[in-house]
Amino acid sequence: MSAPRKLTMAAAISEAIAQEMERDQDVFVLGEDVGKYGGIFGATQNLLSKFGSDRVMDTPISETAFIGTAIGAASEGMRPIVELMFIDFFGVCMDMIYNHMAKNIYMAGGNIQMPVVLMSAIGGGYNDAAQHSQCLYATFAHMPGLKVVVPSNAYDAKGLMIEAIRDNNPVLYLFHKGIMGLPWMAYYEGSTNEVPSEPYTIPFGKANVVREGSDLTIVTLSQMVQKAILAAQTLEQEGISAEVIDLRTLVPLDVETVVASVKKTGRLLVADEDYLNFGLSGEISAIVAERLDEIALKAPIARLGVPGIPIPYSRPLEQFAIPQTETITKAARQLMGGRVLAGAVA
Amino acid sequence: MEPTTAQLHWMYETMVKIRHYEETMAKVYLEGKLPPHIQKGLAFDIGSGPVPGEMHLAAGQEPVAVGVCAHLTDNDTVVGTHRPHHFAIAKGVPLDKMTAEMFGKVTGLGRGKGGHMHLFDPAHKFSCSGIIGASLPPACGAALAAKKRGKDWVAVAFFGDGAANQGSFHESLNLAALWKLPVIFVCEDNKYAISVEKSESTSVAWNAERAASYGMPGVLVERNDALEVFQAAGAAIARARNGDGPSLIEVKTDRYFGHFQGDAEVYRPKGETDELRKSDPIKTFADYLRTHNLLDDATEQQLSSRAKQAVSEAFEFARTSPYPEPEEALLHVFV
Repeated sequence: MSAPRKLTMAAAISEAIAQEMERDQDVFVLGEDVGKYGGIFGATQNLLSKFGSDRVMDTPISETAFIGTAIGAASEGMRPIVELMFIDFFGVCMDMIYNHMAKNIYMAGGNIQMPVVLMSAIGGGYNDAAQHSQCLYATFAHMPGLKVVVPSNAYDAKGLMIEAIRDNNPVLYLFHKGIMGLPWMAYYEGSTNEVPSEPYTIPFGKANVVREGSDLTIVTLSQMVQKAILAAQTLEQEGISAEVIDLRTLVPLDVETVVASVKKTGRLLVADEDYLNFGLSGEISAIVAERLDEIALKAPIARLGVPGIPIPYSRPLEQFAIPQTETITKAARQLMGGRVLAGAVA
Repeated sequence: MEPTTAQLHWMYETMVKIRHYEETMAKVYLEGKLPPHIQKGLAFDIGSGPVPGEMHLAAGQEPVAVGVCAHLTDNDTVVGTHRPHHFAIAKGVPLDKMTAEMFGKVTGLGRGKGGHMHLFDPAHKFSCSGIIGASLPPACGAALAAKKRGKDWVAVAFFGDGAANQGSFHESLNLAALWKLPVIFVCEDNKYAISVEKSESTSVAWNAERAASYGMPGVLVERNDALEVFQAAGAAIARARNGDGPSLIEVKTDRYFGHFQGDAEVYRPKGETDELRKSDPIKTFADYLRTHNLLDDATEQQLSSRAKQAVSEAFEFARTSPYPEPEEALLHVFV
């Protein structure tokens, strides 16, 4: 039984990687600034001093080459963890990710393995503008062949990372910058929580009911989980009982937990930081809509997301574009009173 | 190719303006970001203050911008990087609208939508992007358009030592040489790609050597010197205007600040920046001008005051400008 201690999500991720690297010599890390710098967002902090530059490798700015290298090393039985600095940079290396990493196992009829963890930073809210603030998990969940993992807190982050490293399939592991607990970026403190010292895993495809409730279901993930928790606390004061579900993984998706919750409450609010259109919130809504013979909705489904625009730089514009805690609270209130049209929540 | 007196004075004044801008921005950027104004327990909050988000300053790299842009007109295109201020200023982008953009104000170049890494000024054919290596292909495009229109206009792509290992660098050089485009590729070697030194990322000693692989001349400017950049750029730009195709210029320059403001620079040897500042290229340039009787105390004072005045007016404009209305976020996805 380990003594309880709180870790930031960044430290938890780094600890998960370190413990797996100790356990398995085939695990190694590569990416930009993962060595001396410890990763721009701290995900590989302290690994270089522990394991040396043979196993913690700084790369040139050559994403296609080094992500392709991870794929090739995995085909030889190694277990690379490769960091793409910002998910927004996927553009320069997408072929390697979605045409090879994601599809090789299938095209080989299950005769090969692809034990790669591709980890990357997502999320906005600190004015980094259109090319550095996106979430994009829906884009990667949409194209078949990648598992998509999106932790909302340190405890989950460690368990999900160890699970990812041990998985023989390609896993896209996305950590939101605004919950890493960095000393230079305001973050939601709920993401820093107790993390056991020993290694442990959290299975993919198992959402977490973060908060039970009876009036409405808020389905969410990543930093938005922390906003939803704060919103639910406010709503409770107003006599509205909100159930908050943290999806944790998009691929595989825990459909059962979502359906059971919406069956119970009869109201669904999807709170998403990714783009509203053609994405995650539409998928969750469709899953519920397909089951209207067993789910009785008391109100139309409500969705929050970035409304079909690139993420703007200026503070008032960015706060309008990205759903805030207050946006969730307002949407929930409106949902209790009737219909909420996506994009109409001011 | 020798610069005229007017060009020399312009280069000096512009370098002073750039330096003063960057040093002013370094201070202003910190407003609102430090305790006690921020979340408890944090040393710094990047999203707070009047200029939130990332900030990449180019102090030390002024010679590259002025040495190249001294040869350019409003008809020529410049595509810059995530560290764009010196290029923008040297290209003639208005300081007030540029600064207002960084303050997120509606009077900014992009009405507050782009911010510091995404400055667009079509009137001066200047743009930049936050993606490493993204400057090269669009510069090829501007050059292609000039060629198709029968003009002697050129395009310049600025990028860093890190970008030279990105696919777009290799593709762009090949394409430009193949199609004989009037584009000049200028690599700022400031030694670092965030924390990774060029020697740890690049398989050859000098990116200038890579030019031969793509069938174009490659020139290495080994000193962070505006005059040397001016001469190399002059030759390359003349080549391009003459229809003889692209060139690659690599300049060994110095990054005085961190990769971004707030960068603890743990990867940098202690005292390295102080050492670099001892051979300040602006001071070297001033000494050169004085030696050739092209600068005296009075002129230096005049050029310097004018430059500083422009900077303070720009910041004042930015501070006093209004923010956009929140709902304006929905506009301008399409035109």
